Amino acid sequence: MENQFYTLHDFLVYTKGAAYYLMGLSVLGILGFWLYITGRDEEKDIQ
Amino acid sequence: MNTQNPAAKNSLLTPFNVTVGIIFLLGALITFLRFTKGLAGVTNLSDNNPWGVWISFDLMCGVALAAGGYTTSAACYVFGLKRYHSAVRPAILTAFLGYALVVFALHYDVGRPWRLPYPIFVQSGTTSVLFEVGLCVFLYLITLFVEWTPAALEWLGFRKYRNIIVKGTLALTIFGVVLSTMHQSSLGALYLIAPSKLHPLWYSSYIPLFFFISSIAAGLSMVIFEGTLSHHFLHHKMDRTYQSEHNEVVLGFSKGAAMVLACYFLLKLVGVALDNKWHYLLTGYGAWFLVELLGFVALPCFLYAITVREKNLKLAKYASILTVLGIVLNRFNVSWFAFNWQLPAADRYFPSWMEIAISIYIVTIGVLFFRFISTKMPIFYEHPEYREHAPHEGEEEEGPEFTEHKLHKHPQTFGH
Repeated sequence: MENQFYTLHDFLVYTKGAAYYLMGLSVLGILGFWLYITGRDEEKDIQ
Repeated sequence: MNTQNPAAKNSLLTPFNVTVGIIFLLGALITFLRFTKGLAGVTNLSDNNPWGVWISFDLMCGVALAAGGYTTSAACYVFGLKRYHSAVRPAILTAFLGYALVVFALHYDVGRPWRLPYPIFVQSGTTSVLFEVGLCVFLYLITLFVEWTPAALEWLGFRKYRNIIVKGTLALTIFGVVLSTMHQSSLGALYLIAPSKLHPLWYSSYIPLFFFISSIAAGLSMVIFEGTLSHHFLHHKMDRTYQSEHNEVVLGFSKGAAMVLACYFLLKLVGVALDNKWHYLLTGYGAWFLVELLGFVALPCFLYAITVREKNLKLAKYASILTVLGIVLNRFNVSWFAFNWQLPAADRYFPSWMEIAISIYIVTIGVLFFRFISTKMPIFYEHPEYREHAPHEGEEEEGPEFTEHKLHKHPQTFGH
């Protein structure tokens, strides 16, 4: 996991690239999570 | 205090009273020592660790856990979710007492407490994050006090003044949300100055954002947690409207807390990714970081999600407890456990028993005030004479017998 970086540019390309991938997955994850928790909103009454 | 149990009137030596008495006795003794012998007489604070458990618990946790005030009032008055109206007063009361006790606790922690007003009135350090925190807490405490006063004025029967304050509810709410947004995040920003002292897994340039978002989850969870406790101990003080809206409040806040915790979890991962700190996860501190993130963020988030999906209100209780503990753990980690992490063990901070006793003493004061106010004033019910000024669903459904009950309990209507 620990990469060698020789310039700040290298470091930023690597970390920002990883963060952008993570953010993309996060958007999809949050959308799926929202669909999961609201999936039964109109199906059941409160126990 | 024990007005409900006639048998208890005969004896003041109830377990509750005895426990509170011992805590108060210890508190008074340590308070005397603190103000006669100074900080060194009662604390383990040092130049390496000038902020101890009084900051970690009383201030950091106190402010975060008092966030229920601004989240609930924002949901009700700014976002127009009137179905949460019955949760506003308990949340405002909890927040007001929380902030009042934060300021009270600061009198113990600050070396010269009589100089607490100096940053506001005498020598403002406008470039300091701590100045912003102080100013916001000062203004927000006043705001919360004003937001709480309608309950006290209804109890006292001062209709005219109560009506004037109620007209300013929206403005007060917006002011409170702005102040909370600022100082909740600024509490995290205080640690931006210490990148070499705070462990990299907790240090991030996004720490103000982490503090702010986690405070929303803390606020929502505290409303659920405090509601559960109140249902257990103060059920007889709740009207039908509060009881009928309670389930909606729990489900709605659970949904909100689930989403906020999910965002918080993902943002924490992004924070690790942006500074490329993945390798720290394989260390001891990494394991502790994962305990916090998986056990006290991801797990309650999942429990909240199931609560909403299955409409299982019992799960919300456990999720709220886990979230509250998680926020406490996070604030402890940032300000204590992961702070000065590179120092040898001998130089690390551990609080003295007197520091912990003072924290317990302050929490006890808060519990007593909450109990006194919520049993005397219209916190969990609407005062029958002011219902027209507190519109929300289902208020017409209450039977006349309950109105009589409330009138009987609150005869102090001498002002009008």
